[in-house]
Amino acid sequence: MGTIAVVGASLAGLHAAEALRAGTGDAPGHDGQLVVVDASPTLPPDRPPLSKQVLSGEWDLAQAKVPLADRLDELGLDLRLGTAATSLSPAGGDGRTLTLSDGTELSVEGVVLATGGAVRHLPGPQLGGVHSIRTGEDVTALLADLDAGPSRVVVVGAGFIGAEAAATCRGRGLEVTMLEAAAAPMERVLPGEVGAFVADLHRDQGVDVRLGTGVERLEAGDDGRVRAVHLADGTVVQADVVVVGIGVVPQVDWLAGSDLELRNGVLCDSTMLAGPRVVACGDVACWPNPHFGEEMRVEHWENAVEQGGHAGRRLLDELAGRPGTPFAPVPWFWSDQYDRKIQLAGRPTATDEFVLVDGTVEERRFAALFRRGDRCTAVLGVNRPRHVMQARMQLAQSLAWDDAAALFAPKD
Amino acid sequence: MKVVVNFDLCESNAVCMGIAPEVFEVRDDDFLYVLNEEPGEELRDKVVEAARRCPKQAIAVED
Repeated sequence: MGTIAVVGASLAGLHAAEALRAGTGDAPGHDGQLVVVDASPTLPPDRPPLSKQVLSGEWDLAQAKVPLADRLDELGLDLRLGTAATSLSPAGGDGRTLTLSDGTELSVEGVVLATGGAVRHLPGPQLGGVHSIRTGEDVTALLADLDAGPSRVVVVGAGFIGAEAAATCRGRGLEVTMLEAAAAPMERVLPGEVGAFVADLHRDQGVDVRLGTGVERLEAGDDGRVRAVHLADGTVVQADVVVVGIGVVPQVDWLAGSDLELRNGVLCDSTMLAGPRVVACGDVACWPNPHFGEEMRVEHWENAVEQGGHAGRRLLDELAGRPGTPFAPVPWFWSDQYDRKIQLAGRPTATDEFVLVDGTVEERRFAALFRRGDRCTAVLGVNRPRHVMQARMQLAQSLAWDDAAALFAPKD
Repeated sequence: MKVVVNFDLCESNAVCMGIAPEVFEVRDDDFLYVLNEEPGEELRDKVVEAARRCPKQAIAVED
C-alpha cells in the first residue's frame, strides 16, 4: 500500500485518520504510511473548553485534549507538527503530490483535507491586548492578560465564542462590554427572538451589551497596547483587553491553482469527495447535505467527529473504486453561558416560525421548534437537553413538521 | 460490558440518550441517569457510538 496524507491534526483530521485505519464494513483499513501534517507546533487542543474551562482557569490548557490524543501511537501515524501543506498537484495515474512547508514532496495515493479555519481579525494594525480564541497559544496569551486584572474587557462579536468569552470573563469578576454589529446575538444561525434572549441573559449578569454597533477602530496607548474601542456610532469604550470573535475563514489559500473547487471552503459532493483521491471534512468542507437539500459548511464539534470519520471511509471507497455514501446529518451544537446550556439541532433561518413546545423564554428554560411550511427545520433548547435530543433523533428520520410536533403534543 | 460515566465530566448534553435511550436518560432535573450499567451485547454498537460522540468524553465502556 502507498501513502495517505491527512492535512490537519485537529478533531476532524484525527477522526479521518482513525477511520482510515479502522476500515469500513466492506473493506479493511489502510495499513500503509499515514502522514498527518499540521502547521501547529503542538497537537491542537480540543476547542470547546478553550472559551469555557480553560479561560475560567478551572482547567490547564493541557486538559483540553481531543478524544484521540491518547491513541496516536496506536493509530501508527507519521505525525509531522509544525509542518504546513503548501500545494497539491492534480491527480495523476497513481496519485498526487503533496508539497510541505519543509520542502518535502510526498507522493500520496489519497489526501484528507482538514485544515479548518483561521480566525478573522479586525482591520488595522495588530495591537497588544487584542486576542482571538482559536489555538492554545491564543488562550495562553489571553489568560496572561486576564490574570493581570484588566479594568474592562471588550468582546467584539456575540457569536458562540464571543458570548462564551463574555460569560467566562464575567465569571472571573471582570467588567465586560460585548459588541455586536448585527441587531441580535448569534443572528447568523438563530432567529431574532432567541438572540434577544441571549442578550438579556448577558445583561442580567452585568455585561454591557451593545447591539447593531460595528467597530470603527481600535485606539492604542503609547505602549502599543489597545486602550479604547471606537464604535461606528461615535461612542468610545475604554478597554485593556479586547477579545475578537467574528468568525473564521476556511483555510484554502494553499489550494489555489489546484483542481479542486473552492467555494465557501473546499466544495465536496454529497459523499465528502472533493476531487479524485481527495476528501475534505470539518470546518473547511462545504457539501450538499441531502437530508436538508442545502449546501452547508458546519463548524461544530460533533460535525468534525462524524464528518472526519465519514471522509476517511469515503477515501477508502474512492481508492477501491466504490461509490461511497452521502453524508446527511442533522447538525448539532451546544453553548454554555453562565448556568444556561443552549443547544440547537438542525438548520433554522431567521425567518422560520419559532414555536415554543415546552417552558417559556421568560423562565429561561424552554424548548422550541422551527417551522418552515410543512417542515421542521430545527429544535432549540435552553436547559432542555432531553427535548433537543429526542427531537433531533426524529429530525434525523424525517423533517416533517407533524412528526416533530407530535413528540411534544400534550399526552392524556 | 460495563458502562461507566464520569459524572465530574458529564455536562448533560444528552447526546448519549439520543443514541442509546435504552441505557442513558437525561431527566427533567437535567442529570444523566444510567438505566442499565451492564447492557446486553446487542446494545454494544450503540453504547460505543454514544461514548465516541460524547462531547465531554465522559463515558467509558469496559468489557
